[in-house]
Amino acid sequence: MARGPGQAAGHGAAVEFERVTKRFGRDAGPGAPAAVHDLSLRVPPGEICVLVGPSGCGKTTSLRMVNRLVEPTEGRVLLDGQDVAQMEVTALRRRIGYVIQQGGLFPHQTVAQNVATVPRLLGWPEARIRERVDQLLTLVGLEPARMRARYPGQLSGGERQRVGVARAMAAEPPVMLMDEPFGAVDPIVRERLQDELLRLHQALGTTILFVTHDIDEAIKLGDRVAVLQEGGRLAQYAPPLELLARPANEFVARFVGADRSLKRLALVAVADAPLADLPIARVGEPASAARARLAATGAAQLLLLDVADRPLGWLPAAALASDGTLAAEDVRAVAAVLPPELALRDALARVLESAVPTGVVVDTAGRYRGGLTLDAIAAALRAAAPPLDPSGEAAARDAAVPAGAP
Amino acid sequence: MTPGEPLIRWDWVLSHLGDVGQRLGEHLLLTGLAVGIGCLLSLVLAVQIIRRPRLYGPILGAAGVLYTIPSLALFALLVPITGLSLLTAQIGLVSYTLLFLIRNAVDGVRYVPADVREAAIAMGYTPRQLLWRVELPLALPVIIAGIRVATVSTIGLTTVTALIGQGGLGYFILEGLQRFFSTPLIVGAVLSVALAVLADGALVLVQRWATPWARWSA
Repeated sequence: MARGPGQAAGHGAAVEFERVTKRFGRDAGPGAPAAVHDLSLRVPPGEICVLVGPSGCGKTTSLRMVNRLVEPTEGRVLLDGQDVAQMEVTALRRRIGYVIQQGGLFPHQTVAQNVATVPRLLGWPEARIRERVDQLLTLVGLEPARMRARYPGQLSGGERQRVGVARAMAAEPPVMLMDEPFGAVDPIVRERLQDELLRLHQALGTTILFVTHDIDEAIKLGDRVAVLQEGGRLAQYAPPLELLARPANEFVARFVGADRSLKRLALVAVADAPLADLPIARVGEPASAARARLAATGAAQLLLLDVADRPLGWLPAAALASDGTLAAEDVRAVAAVLPPELALRDALARVLESAVPTGVVVDTAGRYRGGLTLDAIAAALRAAAPPLDPSGEAAARDAAVPAGAP
Repeated sequence: MTPGEPLIRWDWVLSHLGDVGQRLGEHLLLTGLAVGIGCLLSLVLAVQIIRRPRLYGPILGAAGVLYTIPSLALFALLVPITGLSLLTAQIGLVSYTLLFLIRNAVDGVRYVPADVREAAIAMGYTPRQLLWRVELPLALPVIIAGIRVATVSTIGLTTVTALIGQGGLGYFILEGLQRFFSTPLIVGAVLSVALAVLADGALVLVQRWATPWARWSA
């Protein structure tokens, strides 16, 4: 869940907006309202940058200026430092993957023909195209033998979206533009597609610009998130945790939502929280010894571990009444077992569902490491607010709206 | 027609089978030629309209005017210029196909979903590749629907070309009218209707074969 930015292999290109303004219409003079206003933004190679904001905030227009479906009125868009306006437009587009809602697949072509679009435009030999198509279909989780010859009309929404992603990646573009690609699929499929996108991104290291109006999607996918507001102004550009911990203005605070603390829980792992020592007992230990220890600590129950230190469950005082030794059958309540990579949000959910309001943190081998209390979750959240980075903070403030604007 | 005589005399039909075959062949040829030329001409004009949408009004307007001229009048006007010739017949027949063929080609391309067109442009199709590889193939069901209408109406109209001596099934209709003899008249009329139905059916099959994807898209 909690990911550092730019950890993928270095194959992506840097994308930079340099004071870009776009005004539409015949009368695109300086007085006309701007769809995008003075946008400056740098996406480092290999990162996922999510552009998020309400309708009409200019996020799609910004995206479309990268592959020149829209030309800026002022300013420049740079791809690896090179002004895209200076590049031959079809050559530029063949280097940039593009995925839109519903996939935008060609209904008259089979899945294989759709995926082969850009390689064919680039004149790859047929054998290499065939091989690449099968490889891509497998990569996006579709069975080539079953899917190759189908038409888009025969696919489900999720399958269409996968084919759209495969088509966009076909010629290994250094940059992918994705415009609300998962907007038209149901929530369960959407979540799976998001996870797959993260997996693909880790494997390929493509730079991705992703447009959505869904702040949760932005936080989940983005190494950095650019929040745009009406009038095409950049309100804040920051990693998700910072966005949630320190919204740059009232607009961002409202947009990320009143539950932004809960959202931050999704970005911090159990391993980052402070652990408490719990009173424990081991299988095979005399019940009397356990009883004495429970009385000494004043706790309501002991955590029973097996011989390999794996937690079995909770033993309340009543379970220790006998004079024998402790066994797995003595356990009265299931423990909320939390692996280290689990997000705090999911950890919290498990703790709240458990009879004992303390989570049991284990290592990757399942061995007991410590207890996670509700207080510790709160402490982890406070600690997870990234330290103020003076340069980054200044940049975010510069990009934000002037004081007094909504 | 003489009272008491049967509507159709089968002995005449049987003794004229060779004639019937020849006229049927002529009819098919005249129709095929007209629809073929019409398709080529319409494609050229439709592509011009797609490139310069301003031409839509004038070109469709002209095709519409041509379509409204009664066929008899058109042939009568042409004969002094081009004579009783195949050219006269084809000018008339081709003229009547243009309205459906051009309009369907242009409309078919206009109905191509915006997201499909945008995806093609965004992946680096040139305008020419966009037209020939995406827009026209996707317009094919609408284009073929236009060809069906044009073919059926041309088969009907071709019966009139007998008047300018170009043969076809109209020859029998003309003969029946001149001789007050119902048998050839019925043979000509029935065969031209049957030909229209068969040609239409054949084009439906062509469409299924040429656009296997169409039955999957809404």
